[in-house]
Amino acid sequence: MNISLNITETIQEWLIGFMPEGVASILGMSIVALIYLAIFAVAGLYLVLLERKVAAWFQLRIGPNRVGYWGLFQTMADALKLVSKELTGTVKADKFLYNLAPYFVIISSLMALAVFPFTKEFQAFDINIGIFFLIAISSVGVIGILLAGWSSNNKFALIGAMRSGVQTISYELSIGLSLLTMVLLTGSLQLSEIVETQKEGWLILQGHVPAVIAFMIYMIAGTAETNRAPFDMVEAESELGAGFHTEYSGMKFAYFFLAEFINMFIIAAIATTVFFGAWLSPFGITESIPWLGVFWFLGKTLMLVFLMMWFRWTFPRLRVDQLLTLEWKYLLPINLVNIVIMAIIVWLNLTIKF
Amino acid sequence: MSYISDIYTGIKTLLTGMSVTGKYFLTSRKGAITQQYPDNRSTLKMFERFRGEVVMPHDENNEHQCTGCQKCELACPNGSIEIIWDRGIDEATGKKKKFIDKHIYHLGLCTMCGLCIEACPTDAIVWAQNFENSTYDRTQLTKVLNRPGSKVKAGVED
Ligand code: SF4
Ligand code: SF4
Repeated sequence: MNISLNITETIQEWLIGFMPEGVASILGMSIVALIYLAIFAVAGLYLVLLERKVAAWFQLRIGPNRVGYWGLFQTMADALKLVSKELTGTVKADKFLYNLAPYFVIISSLMALAVFPFTKEFQAFDINIGIFFLIAISSVGVIGILLAGWSSNNKFALIGAMRSGVQTISYELSIGLSLLTMVLLTGSLQLSEIVETQKEGWLILQGHVPAVIAFMIYMIAGTAETNRAPFDMVEAESELGAGFHTEYSGMKFAYFFLAEFINMFIIAAIATTVFFGAWLSPFGITESIPWLGVFWFLGKTLMLVFLMMWFRWTFPRLRVDQLLTLEWKYLLPINLVNIVIMAIIVWLNLTIKF
Repeated sequence: MSYISDIYTGIKTLLTGMSVTGKYFLTSRKGAITQQYPDNRSTLKMFERFRGEVVMPHDENNEHQCTGCQKCELACPNGSIEIIWDRGIDEATGKKKKFIDKHIYHLGLCTMCGLCIEACPTDAIVWAQNFENSTYDRTQLTKVLNRPGSKVKAGVED
């Protein structure tokens, strides 16, 4: 079976057949963008459903089970409801920024999806600074959150947005440094090359102790980065209403909500790519069938998403000062020491390779 | 040195927590406590301690245990209970005695605090577990707890 998954090239070649090259490449890009948009809008909805189901099982409940078999259409119905709702706004809101903010959040999270290598070929955009691009893009989203909080002209929204700023800016350091630890092993920022080095063993095995520490730090910081419990200071329901998106309704609210879940997927996907060998199957058991890589990639990602959900339904929330103590007094120093250890290991060739 | 041990205990306690919730996650399919309410209406049984409404049990001879002492009426913080009583002649002893004519209970006012039931010296009123109490007309929420023609059980007053 030979399914061509190199979507950008396939579509462009097909288009070049009947139009000039410049137009074809732009059109090809738009088509790929639309495909990604459609896939991940639906995937985001199903992540919401998964979260609700998993939450229910953790709490000895059943979860949504009315709309469609096993509740499978529940989030679709919710999305339809949100589309049909009125877009309300506050009178004194800064209208331009207020309307702009949700797009910042959703576009930045959709942009990050372009660089993931779902299989060897199924990668829309193999940029040579892949990891750097991901870190940069993930910090653009927080601008949307700050804008939303500021322009809503609501004290609670502003406090929520400011907390988000504090949290994201702090934890970005840990994400960046823990990924940097792994980059020491690969020697490249390009995601396809990172996957290539992992053919000799996933990086979490290659780098053994410091890699495991880096993974733990990455997961903690990643949970904080997506503003999920136990780090959900941003939308602390008990204190701030809904935090930065208190004043949003209808589809604009849905954008924030969807972006949150796509961000969770992105964090898990980065971890899959950098620590767990992306689309590589364990021990290369399905190496002869390359398109199976999609299932390995999604399987690993969903495992990590489940881990984040497990965190959410287990751990109690942190106070803001505890949140900052955790980052600046624990994660950051450990991370810096960890980088040095990893450098020594790479220098002395103590990595494990098969 | 407490820095390292803090991290160690921190991670250990977090993992303990995760193992507890993980066990719940694995066993939840069997032990889900959700009641699929309108579907299981015929089999649904409420818990014994559930406070649905105040009722007065009657035995097979249409006899209840209410002596008309009015303690429940006094105990009720919002006046949900009204006792309409009368005096009559006790057939056995020939003495004058108080008995209830109507024990009126306003379900619409009741906050289910249970003070009346605690106050009753003869356990004449108890909690019922029914919860589908909505009606189209609120006069139906004013109930007479003692059945017509009922009388107090012999020996309750002693
Ligand atoms: S339960 Fe409380 S409110 Fe209701 S009738 Fe008894 S004393 Fe009154
Ligand atoms: S129900 Fe109990 S407390 Fe109320 S009047 Fe009757 S015996 Fe007295």
